[in-house]
Amino acid sequence: MTPNDSIKPIRLLLVDDEVEFTSIMVKRLGRRNIWATTANSGVQAIELLNQNKYEVAVLDLKMEGMDGLETLKLFKSKAPDMPVIMLTGHGSHQAAEEGFAHGAFDYLSKPYDIDDLTGIIQNAIFERKKSP
Amino acid sequence: MKSNLSERPDYYKSLKRNIFISVVIVSLIPLLIFGGIIRYVFQTSYIERVKAHLTTMVKKHAQNVDTFLIEREANIVSLAEAFGYEQLSDNEFLRRQLERFQTAYGAVITDLGVINADGEQVSYAGPFELADADYSDSEWFEHAVESDVYTSNVFMGLRRLPHFIVAVRRFENGNVWLLRATIDFRAFNELVQNIHLGKTGFAFIINRNGELQTHSPPQTEIDISHNMVIFDNDIPAAFVDDEPFFESRIDQEGREIIYVARLLKKGNWALIFRQDQLDAYSDLYHARRIALMTLAIGGFAIVLMAYGVSRLTAIKIAEADQAKEIMNRQVVQSGHLASIGMLAAGIAHEINNPIAIMVEEAGWIEDLLDDETFQDGENLNEFMRSLGQIRKQGVRCRDITHKLLSFARRSDQRIQLFDLNELIREVADLVSQHARYNNISIEMNLSNGLPPVKASQTELEQVLFNLLNNAIDAIDRKGGKIEIQTWDTDHMVYFSIKDTGSGISGGDLERIFDPFFSTKPVGKGTGLGLSICYGIVKKMDGDIVVESAAGKGSRFEIRLPASDEDEESPRTGAAGNQQT
Repeated sequence: MTPNDSIKPIRLLLVDDEVEFTSIMVKRLGRRNIWATTANSGVQAIELLNQNKYEVAVLDLKMEGMDGLETLKLFKSKAPDMPVIMLTGHGSHQAAEEGFAHGAFDYLSKPYDIDDLTGIIQNAIFERKKSP
Repeated sequence: MKSNLSERPDYYKSLKRNIFISVVIVSLIPLLIFGGIIRYVFQTSYIERVKAHLTTMVKKHAQNVDTFLIEREANIVSLAEAFGYEQLSDNEFLRRQLERFQTAYGAVITDLGVINADGEQVSYAGPFELADADYSDSEWFEHAVESDVYTSNVFMGLRRLPHFIVAVRRFENGNVWLLRATIDFRAFNELVQNIHLGKTGFAFIINRNGELQTHSPPQTEIDISHNMVIFDNDIPAAFVDDEPFFESRIDQEGREIIYVARLLKKGNWALIFRQDQLDAYSDLYHARRIALMTLAIGGFAIVLMAYGVSRLTAIKIAEADQAKEIMNRQVVQSGHLASIGMLAAGIAHEINNPIAIMVEEAGWIEDLLDDETFQDGENLNEFMRSLGQIRKQGVRCRDITHKLLSFARRSDQRIQLFDLNELIREVADLVSQHARYNNISIEMNLSNGLPPVKASQTELEQVLFNLLNNAIDAIDRKGGKIEIQTWDTDHMVYFSIKDTGSGISGGDLERIFDPFFSTKPVGKGTGLGLSICYGIVKKMDGDIVVESAAGKGSRFEIRLPASDEDEESPRTGAAGNQQT
């Protein structure tokens, strides 16, 4: 995919405790017209969400301190309309199912193909716009 | 399979012995005590009954004899009193009186005679030629002139036949005379001759000298010393009450003889009944023999039963111990699996994150190479290929860790619906590296539209894992082939695993599912794998069979019940031929 400046960029909140991962993802997503703001902990993510609005969030399930599921619950209480895509390192269907139970939009196992992620993001935005 | 019985023979032997002894003691002692009590009570009451019966019988007959003697004395006394010396001295008169007696009492009185003070018989009526007999020297005459009424002992006398006499002494005109009657011995003998009991019980009469006053019983020698016991000074106390005397003594031949005796004729005679104790108590001894035989048979049955019970119990306990041991090992193995699962989950997460970064970094380079400035680069294609390879291998790492995780995580035994083909593919994939290393190809021929199986996926996975690993181990490094096949018929789902390995010899084939039996070298196999597989498949109401021959490979076929809940199937296996 090539960046397309004529389309309004997507504002995304990327939450993962791996700094190296979030920094490379910001660059890659930026090239795909997705402006990602990164948070390296759940607490930081909540703070950001309190200050700004995001169209979509990508959230790692396993993090130090406040874990992904807890963060997801708070996301849903603060921004119920914001779709949340979960990332998991150990491919646990069980964790993903729990995430779905708390309102997650979809999930991806690391490592993934960037096109898969952007596809899910666009799909989430499309679904969000469709709902009243 | 090595049974516990052969591993710990002393323990189970002593267990068996203790059970045997306990059962025998607990069963036999009450039987013996009860038998002893019954025997004592029965014997006592039986002996009392026999004693009472014999005593009554002897008493009754003694009374009969006494009555007989008293009646005869009374006959003679009344005759003497009624008629006097003058009349009775007349032979004719005396004959008539004899006839009168014989008409009234039968031939009990043989003859009558009147004897004067000098012992001369003055008149006589009877069958013998004794008209002028002289009794002055006779023993009975000496006794008779000294008492009013006298009954003699049995003696031969002038007629040379056994008889006894009853004599009455009278005084007339200052002279003494005697009226004498001879009692028919046969008639008297009949009084005791009819007393018979059993084979050896009979009665007889003796006088104070121990001489028989009746016929000697046939074929019997009477021990006079025993009979004389009746007249011992210390015994008559028994007769004072008119009660017969009862005693048992051992004769010269060692037999125990019962004596029942009663005095007669004012203590001058005694009626004695004797019988062998064995004969008298024959019913008792018979009952005792039957009881002993029953006891012996019962005892033998108890010993047999105790042996059987102890043997069976020891075997059952050994089996239970063995089952416990297997279970313990399974628990330990499950614990190991659970630990491995937890470790694998941690490692997978730790590995996937750096791989994700690596893949993303490679992706970033790809992104950058998309820029126009790099489009003319000499090695652009090589860069792109290399980056693609990094991404591909990263994804491969992810797949490996996911499979490892999914295998390790399923340590629960929940029953769930799953697709057998899918499970086979997963497990085959896990062992494929190991197989490739051993030059083994795994060929899968999985049936289309296989019904789902409802079971513990973890457990079935363990079965597949064990069977596939065994198949790989059976094939040496030269290589070979493993064929996995699935099919279904009549609500049953089947899968088979066939290898081209070394096979199993006939003797080992029978024991292949026994715990701790292994054909692998010492230290390589626990001997539990197939036993666990067997247990799992049986628990699922399935079956596992093996076909094999040494050098010709093995084929394990597993049958499992198919689930009816088709629509709830979580996965529908896309089947077909596949090779790894």
